Parts: sequence; C-alpha cells; structure tokens
Amino acid sequence: MLVGDDMNLSEKNMKIDRRGFLSNLLKGAACIVTVASLPRLALAAWNEKAFKAETLEGAMSSKYPGLEFVDSSAIKLKAPAIAENGAVVPVGVKTDLPDVKTISLFVEKNPSPLAATFHLTPINVADVSIRIRMGETSNLIAVVESGGKLHRVQQEVKVTIGGCGG
Amino acid sequence: MKIKAKVKKDITKVKMLIKHDMETGRRKDQDGNIIPGLYITEVSASHNDQPVFYAEVGQAVSKDPYMAFSFKGGASGDKISITWKDSSGATETGEAAIK
Repeated sequence: MLVGDDMNLSEKNMKIDRRGFLSNLLKGAACIVTVASLPRLALAAWNEKAFKAETLEGAMSSKYPGLEFVDSSAIKLKAPAIAENGAVVPVGVKTDLPDVKTISLFVEKNPSPLAATFHLTPINVADVSIRIRMGETSNLIAVVESGGKLHRVQQEVKVTIGGCGG
Repeated sequence: MKIKAKVKKDITKVKMLIKHDMETGRRKDQDGNIIPGLYITEVSASHNDQPVFYAEVGQAVSKDPYMAFSFKGGASGDKISITWKDSSGATETGEAAIK
C-alpha cells in the first residue's frame, strides 16, 4: 500500500512537473516575445533603404515615396554659411507650418545624403537641432512633412575641412 | 549621456549629448583597413513615460551626437528619459528631471 501510494504520489508529481514545466515554458516564450516587441514599439523602424541610398534623389524617394516637394519660405533652416569643420556642423530647423509629421535633413553631396529624420507629434513644437557631418561643400536640404505635403528649403554650406573619413 | 531639460512658458526644451563614436564605416585605420561602421540609428525620448520624441539618424551625424527638441507641457521635476540604439543593437537609456 505504502509503496503504491508513493508511486501514485510520484506519478502525480511528475504530471504536475510536466504541466508546470510546459506552462513555465509558455510563460518564458511570452516573456521573450514581449521583450522582443517592446523596443520595436518604443523605437519604430529605421528606414534602412533611405539611409543607405547614395544619391539625393534615391534617399528622398525612399524616405518620401510618391509625395511632391514644394519650396517653402515657412521653414527656418539655421546652418552656418561656412563650416570650418565639416565633422561638426550645427543645424537647426524651425517652422510654423501646422501638423508637422516629420522633419528630415539631407546633405546633397554626402556619401549617404539622408542625415536624420525627426518624427513629431501634435505635442511637439517644430523646432529641432542636431550636429551633422558634411564631407564637402554642399547643399543642405530640410524637408518638413506637413498636411500631406513636403515643404523644402535649402542652403549651401561651404566646408573648409571635410567631415568624412580621415 | 548628458540630458538637460528646461521648461519656459509651457514649452519644455530638451537637449542631449550622447557619447558615441558614430563610426561611419568609411574610415581607415593606420594599416589601411576599413574600420567597420557602428553608429546610432534611433533615438527616442519620453516624458513621464509618454513618448515625446523619436528620431532616425544615420552615419552623417557627428561623433558624440547632440540633439535638441521641444514639446508643450511638462513641469519642473517631471522625468525625461532618453534611449538610443546603434547599428549593433546596443542601447543606452539616460534620465533627467525637468528644471
């Protein structure tokens, strides 16, 4: 009797163990899925195609497919006329345009022209700044996506010492 | 990472300075071998755990990136948290209180 009871008990234990193990496994899997999806939620997708494009047209069309560009005077692009050091060029973009979704910066002659894209929400003030590299004297283009249109402004920045390589 | 956040007339301005080499993948070492690219690709920020900023960046961002953005609302003492992720998948999060 005693032996039989023991056997029953151990069988029961084994069952519980197996069930426990399975449920733990599922919980573990759920955790991994949650952890894997969290950074994606926090950090949406990096537009690899646009950042790896080697021409201005390529970068712009990968970043903003199918949208028309209009030149705009409603964007204030703040950048030096002459940058002594191309490795650190301070750039600021400000606009009063309503409903700004994104602001992107392109450097026409950089090996990869797209420098950055800022994603804004209605609580943001459309006023961003960043320091970028410029390989050589080039046009700097700021694009503001607002109201389903792309507004563009550009400025030439003369670079005395290049910011790429060396 | 250094974060400075200041509220003025209901607008909070957040400035950040991240320590990162931002290797472009185009530089060569002394022996002429290309140094592999390793650069920040994404930066996001939250105010009291609500997202307030997200940027995608590329190799053209300077070494030790500086960025600034603004948002409406925010009060002195509120928490600002900033996270970056680089092309190797490494991340870092920094926090500061609004002044």
